[in-house]
Amino acid sequence: MTRATRTPPSQAQRAARFVLGRITFYVGSSLFAAFFVLPLLWLTVAPFSTLANLDLRLPDPWSLQNFERVFENGFAIRALVQNSMIQGFGAMLLVTLTATLAAYALSRANIPGTTAITYGLVLFSSVVTGTAAMVPIFLMIVQLGLIDTHLGVILVFTGGLLPAAVFIMRDFVDSIPRSYEESAMVAGASSWRVFRDIALPIVRPGMMVVGVWAFVQVWGGFLIPFILLRDADKMPASVAIYSFYTEAGTPLITLTAAYSLLYTLPVLLLYLFVNWRYGFRFFGGIKS
Amino acid sequence: MASVTFHDVEKAFGTVKAVDGVNFTITEGEFVCLLGPSGCGKTTTLRLIAGLEKATGGNIQIGDLDVTHLAAKDRDIGMVFQDYALYPHMTIGENIGYPLKVRNVPTDARATRIGEVAKNLQIDKLLERRPGEISGGQQQRTSVARAVVHEPQVFLFDEPLSNLDAKLRLEARSFLKHLQREVGVTAVYVTHDQAEAMALADRIAVMNEGRIVQMAPPLEVYHRPGTTFVANFLGSPPMNLLPGKVALDGEPRFVGEAFTIPMQSHVETAVRQHLSDGAQVTVGIRPEHLDLSQDPVSGGFQGPLYALETLGPESLVTLKVGDELLTVRIFSDDAPQLADTVHAAFDPEKLHVFRENGERIPVE
Amino acid sequence: MQRRPILSLPTGALFMLPAGIFIVAFILLPFFWIAAVSFTNRTLTGRTAVNPEFVGLDNYLRLFDASRFLNSGEFGASLLITGQFVFFSAIIGQAFLGLALAWFFFNRKGWIQNTVTTIAIIAWIMPDVVVAFAWFAFLNGDGGTLNQILGFFGLPTPDWLLDLPLVSVIIFNIWRGTAFSMLLFSSALGAIPPSYLETANVVGASTWQRLRDIILPMIRSHIVTALILITLWTFNTFTPFLLTGGGPSYQTEVVSIYTYRTAFQFFRFGSGAAVGMVMMIINLGFALVYLSLLRTQRRSA
Repeated sequence: MTRATRTPPSQAQRAARFVLGRITFYVGSSLFAAFFVLPLLWLTVAPFSTLANLDLRLPDPWSLQNFERVFENGFAIRALVQNSMIQGFGAMLLVTLTATLAAYALSRANIPGTTAITYGLVLFSSVVTGTAAMVPIFLMIVQLGLIDTHLGVILVFTGGLLPAAVFIMRDFVDSIPRSYEESAMVAGASSWRVFRDIALPIVRPGMMVVGVWAFVQVWGGFLIPFILLRDADKMPASVAIYSFYTEAGTPLITLTAAYSLLYTLPVLLLYLFVNWRYGFRFFGGIKS
Repeated sequence: MASVTFHDVEKAFGTVKAVDGVNFTITEGEFVCLLGPSGCGKTTTLRLIAGLEKATGGNIQIGDLDVTHLAAKDRDIGMVFQDYALYPHMTIGENIGYPLKVRNVPTDARATRIGEVAKNLQIDKLLERRPGEISGGQQQRTSVARAVVHEPQVFLFDEPLSNLDAKLRLEARSFLKHLQREVGVTAVYVTHDQAEAMALADRIAVMNEGRIVQMAPPLEVYHRPGTTFVANFLGSPPMNLLPGKVALDGEPRFVGEAFTIPMQSHVETAVRQHLSDGAQVTVGIRPEHLDLSQDPVSGGFQGPLYALETLGPESLVTLKVGDELLTVRIFSDDAPQLADTVHAAFDPEKLHVFRENGERIPVE
Repeated sequence: MQRRPILSLPTGALFMLPAGIFIVAFILLPFFWIAAVSFTNRTLTGRTAVNPEFVGLDNYLRLFDASRFLNSGEFGASLLITGQFVFFSAIIGQAFLGLALAWFFFNRKGWIQNTVTTIAIIAWIMPDVVVAFAWFAFLNGDGGTLNQILGFFGLPTPDWLLDLPLVSVIIFNIWRGTAFSMLLFSSALGAIPPSYLETANVVGASTWQRLRDIILPMIRSHIVTALILITLWTFNTFTPFLLTGGGPSYQTEVVSIYTYRTAFQFFRFGSGAAVGMVMMIINLGFALVYLSLLRTQRRSA
């Protein structure tokens, strides 16, 4: 066997390699950053410009006039602060509560085949997607008399988001040592008290994450409200944004941009909140 | 305070019997350690007492009450968990008071009692803190406080010191011993650390493969191990165990591959009573009962040096006797200049003899 | 070790009930319902809305009618477009770029990594209609940011959404979804014990060797998971509709848009359901491939 010989790099070589490495890193980072930032740049300045321009330039003068005009559009504002909120919070509450209960049972009761159930659900939910199943979902909501209601939208979102929510939540509950509940049982607490006093407070961070996730999904969701709602008074912002489009389907650029910014704000704030509070990351179980 | 009795208790997980026909009585006020390697069933036994596992056979009594089918919450038990299980969303005071809260003790009485217990455990300055804000040793004390606060019938410990670093562990061990003397409550303590068991227990129950192999006071377990398993599990380093045969023709002796040990007369009596000529045995001798010698000793051991480990005041000398290793514990100050061949002598009074199946022959 | 449950079986079942109802109602039921509707000529209004007739395989036969299967605006053409869309934007684009990003910033924690990660995540979590609008402006033929930049460098400035609609939609989707695989791969890389890489360093492995011999094998299951999930999502996404509406002249009509057009533009629910059914069968195929890959992996592990 021959032994590969390697001359150790000289100091100058090492310095050169280091500089080269730094340069590669900065150039690469800039390219990645550019790829993600450039498409959004225009949207961050356009709302403050009085000119309906699509090219990227600083507003001259900076103005809040677009926002004033957006606020004059009662329909779009109601969609944002009322309808999107009702649908987002409604689905968030339902998803979080039912997913927490189910995930807790999957983790803590000896239900046979729990892992198979969880994985089966997640897979099945990725098979029966909102797009593939839009016809039966629409027909079902018609049949239930829930067409054109907030409740219909909330229920459909809840059903669609639940499997993934249960999956995330179960991972979270599984990561909590059983000794918390066991010590409460030994201390003399009934099952209900164990759940209320111990389990629920301990899984609260998981519930927060799932809740925020569900809210963001519903907040940004377009297709479901688009096909389930007819009445303008119930449209969420994702659909109402098209009130800033002309009949021909082209947007009134300044107003749409301003509205887009308002509409995105809650999602951004929630993301920053979650990132600050819990760190935005994946829980372990998603890997296999 | 109450006794704890197991009658033929079994616990099977599927086809695996984690606890396989265990019988014992722990008397009131006694401190018993369940000792054994991981997977021996000691933790399951403890959880059976707590009611966190359901026995699949036999019955369990606490005092005069048959608790076999009683839920954990109705057994009146205090338990310290390995990870302490302190509720992160409650303060230390709320943690300690939780058993009282679920018993609907009024707030004032609760506060008084929490204060009392916390003072006793020297954590009364921490009552407003959260578990994440105190040290490991303090967390351990908090979990002890929570377990004693409602003056339970029985006190259970599941390896409570294993998460502490070495120095704290010794401190906490002394403290637990002190506490138990003071409170005098019946206690069952699970550990895999023999030193802990020795230090704390009134009696040690050594477990292996779901059964209790020997249950006796610490010194008894140490001096008269019931089986080779116990002999090998207790002592640091463990007892030297060497396979050999009984030879009763001529001078009675044990003959091994590379040694011959003459029998003392009391040993011969016991051996003649229990074994026949040519029977396979295991002879055991603890490292602390061996000593090095400059010259060959008759009835001793000799072999090439395998390793010399200095542990501070003591040293371990290991030599190779045939295919077996023999460890000798000596004072480091006495460490001789070691030659290639080492000789070791032992006190014949301290010889242990086990049958082929591992059972002890009572040679005393 | 199997332990005594903290919840009894009946309580556990009770806890699962609410979620169970939702899942049965909105996932299991639609699956069978869609199958049933796809064999009828159900419409929104008129006689067949109330009393749909059983039409057998008619809807499917029409979908797969060989004489026009691949014609523009037909199902076959839509499938072909979807295939390209998924292959380039999900498999090549998102998975590869996500891995590249995760690898590039691996062990280079700092404000730069933080910033790039944050922007990628923001691109991922912004509402569909907003990113569609932002990209509409970004890609605009005259004056959009992209063409401004290309023009600055003297490069050609096409009207992206009209001249290169599919390419536009593909790049848009890569931009939109890369954060997921980046996050997944980052957490996978983070889970590799540092000693493995240090060992490789000590024996003198090059960067490429480390990637090939240690990192890729160790995150194989993550790669499989990422690939299958983003494939499924991309296959089912409706977002291109918001950017191009499927046009111009059906050039970006992926099957989700085709389903929508069939079912809701003309309210031919029977045909729409048939398309949905085919989509689900394809989804199921992906899911089964995923399961079998996981199983072989678990066996070899």
